[in-house]
Amino acid sequence: MFAQRLSSPSIVRTLPAFLLMAIVLPLLAGCGYNTIPTAEENAKAAWSEVLNQYQRRADLIPNLVETVKGYAAHEKDTLDAVVEARAKATQVTVTPETLKDPEAFKKFQDSQSGLTSALSRLLAVVENYPDLKANQNFLALQAQLEGTENRIAVARRDYIQAVRDYNLTLRTFPSVLWATFWFRSNEPFANFTIEEDKLQTPKVDFGTKQGG
Amino acid sequence: MSTPPSVLPDISPSRGEIGCICGLSQSPTPLVKRCRTSIQSPPRRRCPAGQRGARRIASLTFLDVLLVLLALFLPLAAFAAELPALTGRVVDNAGIIDAATKAVLTQKLADFETKGSDQIVVATIPSLDGEEIEPYANRLFRFWKLGQAKENNGALLLVAPNDRKMRIEVGYGLEGTLTDLHTKLIIENDMVPAFRAGDFSGGISKAVDDMIMVLEGNPEELEARGERNQQAPFNSDDLFFTIFIAIWITILVGSLAASILPPIFGQKIGPGRYRWLGMTFEPSRRSSSGSGSSGGGWSSGSSGGGFSGGGGSSGGGGSSGSW
Repeated sequence: MFAQRLSSPSIVRTLPAFLLMAIVLPLLAGCGYNTIPTAEENAKAAWSEVLNQYQRRADLIPNLVETVKGYAAHEKDTLDAVVEARAKATQVTVTPETLKDPEAFKKFQDSQSGLTSALSRLLAVVENYPDLKANQNFLALQAQLEGTENRIAVARRDYIQAVRDYNLTLRTFPSVLWATFWFRSNEPFANFTIEEDKLQTPKVDFGTKQGG
Repeated sequence: MSTPPSVLPDISPSRGEIGCICGLSQSPTPLVKRCRTSIQSPPRRRCPAGQRGARRIASLTFLDVLLVLLALFLPLAAFAAELPALTGRVVDNAGIIDAATKAVLTQKLADFETKGSDQIVVATIPSLDGEEIEPYANRLFRFWKLGQAKENNGALLLVAPNDRKMRIEVGYGLEGTLTDLHTKLIIENDMVPAFRAGDFSGGISKAVDDMIMVLEGNPEELEARGERNQQAPFNSDDLFFTIFIAIWITILVGSLAASILPPIFGQKIGPGRYRWLGMTFEPSRRSSSGSGSSGGGWSSGSSGGGFSGGGGSSGGGGSSGSW
């Protein structure tokens, strides 16, 4: 009896709260609670694709160096530069967690663009060796390398887009409320800068334009 | 890569700047810089206010909103303006393929798609307007969504005669079969010599033949893909489930509605007889005689006629060449 008297007002009091929760919780998804995590995961996925393509390029390089060595052994400096740049580039890895750190991101970007320029120097030097250019193995490697460079460009573009979307959710109106009240630890991701894009422009298809 | 025009959505300088501003955590500084250079008198007074606000929410100033609006509306306008429409399997906007070849190619590509669901599209555009062919081809591929959504098994053969460039862009799902080297060889051996001789139709149809040949080189995979992506997706489980649910809904809701709704909304035409929606209901006799009943037919999901992309995407596979 005592319990009944105690519980009945509490039920009356909690019932509206319960109903409110039942209505509000599903609405959270509609109100954009999911926006920030979704954008964040998209950006991370895009980053994985960037890493994946850079890795693919790094994997192609030893083969390329070996093939070139067979024909142009005395271009030792250029070859060494490529090997060194590759070693440097593979040492620096940026995981999704360190994307928030512009310093680490910059380091990664620098190492990769170092490799890019070393590679394009090598492929420019190769122009002087007609035998090498006629080598089937080298042609295959060159096609793959070109494809990879292009995939890197696409992956970088996708990443730039995904990061922009994510950073926008952290800073634009409806979702900025979620960012301030709930996802306080979410920070904007670092993005590729235009300067590096310009460094990238001496591209690998240098080799084919004259040969083609 | 020459600096692309402003229409290019992602790597053009202006867009890159936007991305970079959003990307760096110390965003107020570039914002202020941009504001000083680009916009003149009225916002100048607002800049220090944005600087003063240390919290992130406070930095959501007028300029941020402006930038966001720019970011949102620029690409839409750009996309709508520039990319050609997917009018068929052969989109010859440059007018370099003769009619007979076009018909043959269309038929061949349609047959090939029914066999293995791979979508190959041939496109020619007069000029790239200064853009590189690689990003353009990728953009076009994604705009047209070539290949089936889950397989990404599309391929795009793009020729830009004024720039003397061509590219075979391969969807994610075909990268393993139609490799970069294959596309390179097709371009160098089939297209370049023919194009140099001025024979665009011949070069293109030879390239398409070889692409199909390479893709058919792995027949088991091709057939498996075809089976997964049958045009009429007649999954018997789904069908039975749908019918089961439909019957139950008809029984439960239909009888209830037939007895309750006509007395409310209908017109009384006799004792226990109501006329509603052109049908006569007699709820008391538990049966309804429809005078114009048309049980909403089953509509099939497939759209006959026109050709459209299946929802695939590409990550920049394939290769390009020039002549």
